[in-house]
Amino acid sequence: MPEELNSKGYDIPPEMQSLVAITTLDKIYNWGRRYSVWPMMFGLACCAIEMICTAAARFDFSRFGMEIMRPSPRQADLMLVSGTVTKKMVPQIVRLYNQMPEPKYVVAMGACACGGGPFKEGYNVVSGIDKFLPVDVYIPGCPPTPQALLFGLMKVQEMIDTQSLKEVRWYQKGELPAIPVPILGPDLIDPRDYPEFAEKLAKAQAEVTEPEGA
Amino acid sequence: MTETTLAIANDIEARFPQCVTPDERGGYEGYLIEAGKLVEFATALRDEFGYDFLSSVTGVDYLPDEKMEVVYHTYRSTGGGAFVFKVQTPRQTPSVPSLCGIFPGAEFQEREAWDLLGIHFQGHPDLRRILMWEGFEGHPLRKDWKEAYYESDAKPFDSRWPVGEIYRAEDENPFKGNVVYPQGFDPDKWTPEGETALYAGMHEVETDEAMHTDQIVVNLGPQHPSTHGVFRMVATLDGETIVKLRPVMGYLHRNHEKIGERNTYLMNIPFTDRLDYLSSMTANWGYVQAVEKLLGPKTAAPERAEYIRVIMAEFTRISNHLMAIGALLNDLGAYFTPMLYALKERELILDIFEATAGSRMMCNYYRFGGLARDLPAGVYEKMRDLAFERLPRQIDELDRYLTENEVVIARCEGVGVLTPEEAIAYSAVGPVLRASGVPYDVRRADPYGIYERFDFDVAVRYHGDVYDRYLVRLDEIRQSIRILQQALDDLPEGEIMAGKPKYSMRVPAGEAYGRVEAPKGELGFYVVSDGSANPWRYHVRAPSFINLTALSKMCEGDKVADAVIILGSIDIVLGETDR
Repeated sequence: MPEELNSKGYDIPPEMQSLVAITTLDKIYNWGRRYSVWPMMFGLACCAIEMICTAAARFDFSRFGMEIMRPSPRQADLMLVSGTVTKKMVPQIVRLYNQMPEPKYVVAMGACACGGGPFKEGYNVVSGIDKFLPVDVYIPGCPPTPQALLFGLMKVQEMIDTQSLKEVRWYQKGELPAIPVPILGPDLIDPRDYPEFAEKLAKAQAEVTEPEGA
Repeated sequence: MTETTLAIANDIEARFPQCVTPDERGGYEGYLIEAGKLVEFATALRDEFGYDFLSSVTGVDYLPDEKMEVVYHTYRSTGGGAFVFKVQTPRQTPSVPSLCGIFPGAEFQEREAWDLLGIHFQGHPDLRRILMWEGFEGHPLRKDWKEAYYESDAKPFDSRWPVGEIYRAEDENPFKGNVVYPQGFDPDKWTPEGETALYAGMHEVETDEAMHTDQIVVNLGPQHPSTHGVFRMVATLDGETIVKLRPVMGYLHRNHEKIGERNTYLMNIPFTDRLDYLSSMTANWGYVQAVEKLLGPKTAAPERAEYIRVIMAEFTRISNHLMAIGALLNDLGAYFTPMLYALKERELILDIFEATAGSRMMCNYYRFGGLARDLPAGVYEKMRDLAFERLPRQIDELDRYLTENEVVIARCEGVGVLTPEEAIAYSAVGPVLRASGVPYDVRRADPYGIYERFDFDVAVRYHGDVYDRYLVRLDEIRQSIRILQQALDDLPEGEIMAGKPKYSMRVPAGEAYGRVEAPKGELGFYVVSDGSANPWRYHVRAPSFINLTALSKMCEGDKVADAVIILGSIDIVLGETDR
């Protein structure tokens, strides 16, 4: 039994120490989850290559219990958004996220996934995946080195450690709402914008017609 | 004007009097063709003058002149310089005849020009948007089209810290994001255009089978482990046989060209890294070469820089081909073990890049007239060790494990065949072209840098199938090692930059097309300068993108499982395909 499982303040006889652990339900639940995170095999752009390198022999993230990458969202619990999120791709990314079972985590890997990166001003680029999905860990870099990615994944593990069965969202009553899938119209449309769409559009049009500073 | 163009100039003018005029704008080359005569001219150029390889088709928006121009770069598949011709068309109703009938390789490039510039190609078999989605508003590469985060026409932009307080571009937008909608757009009264155009003709494809069976339409991707990124194929299947296949791309369209036209010349170098992110050094080289052509001979790189350029490009080629072979084996079902062997060697090459350029993948190392910095201490010895000792042994090991493997042979031989004639017609480049028996390598056919000094063979195989594409890559790694050994032996001491490094330079007005033999094939950069600090037009002729034109040709008639390895054997990188 690993030392880290034991709660403090309980004396376990020396001869029992490798056999018995006195711990809390939260702790053993999180201990099990932190060493069996299954990332989704999902590469968007340049960062995906560094993700492959991290999975390969030199860096090897299976040391952290993350070796099984699943191409199917139904079997994955960590979404590594590795690369530039484009408007054409974001409906699929949101759909994939919705298909992942709870508990699930999102890591924004690289400058583009964090906030658009060098391509932010592009007409087909979303300014960061956090415009649509709840991101747990941001990893800066263009691309982040494998070491940076490993550090980010360790942060996910630390985050798992702090979660409590009583509070986690997937054990609350009621259904968890799915994230509305964006629509490809004349430009990308976020269904969450619908209520104030006309108002916002009028404001945007007014800014275009009026010269700046007027 | 290039020598080869001059040699046939008289013949061309005599053959087409009146409708062909030399392009006499300062810094421009080639001929202006009357739109009505384009098809006839292109046919004659291919059949009578031997320019059978259409390398690049792109459009330029000359907003001040109220004109659109379509630029064609053609080559002879036997080697030599470019023959450039252009067609001008009014900007309000831009329309030129399609060349798909003569050069099938123009298909995707014309679709791209339609998508991004709104140039209509008469007679194009399938003129749909290719990088953006159907229903997107406007043609974004037009000079008067402004994106949501538009700040000004040229960089560097003003400070985003004008009053001591930072602001973000999205905070200025009422939608808090990178979106802009047409006037009066109402999402409630609007129906999405969807993908009806994409699926048109996909259901029920005519076959000559005696027994009529149901066909099904299958989507592979964009999230699929075999697509090397976010690529999608729509296939109509008859049983397991592909009867029709359409590639769908644009899922990683990052607006490279629009951003590039706002950037200064120097700012574009790090963006070229992110085109083909497996081989950033050669992408740097292609762009630097195009701009050096515009700058003129005074920016020629010093001797030592030329050698280091070759060394870095060849290491890039090796690392790219290792990755390509590893990924192909992945696609065959040998999941990750061959990849681990390939990545093990690639890491050692990346170490050299990291020590020299400061980054593993995004090297940003070449500069106009030289290189960013010299080799640090100890790197030369590491390179020698790799090129003379380690890599030759490791490549032999890979060869021993894979080449004779029964499963590899059974799955790859005779699959995805492309004949030499088809390969040239579809403008295929790189290992795809050379595996079809056409020994065309830009390093030999139209030498650049100092490649003329090295002794190496152009790798060529003759069956045009997946297996030969794998073998060509293996051969090319061996040839690259040969070049490396010579270059490392001869590497001279000296400067690595012509003159002082400059942040901004005056690039004379004109156009230039720089092309290099990137690991994936001919990578070209078409740059138009109007004399200002930013390029007027910046176009990338991406080998992964244009090689895909032949994908459906290769896949039709094969099994659906083979489509995966055929795609793997083309070796695409989505950053470059979608740009």
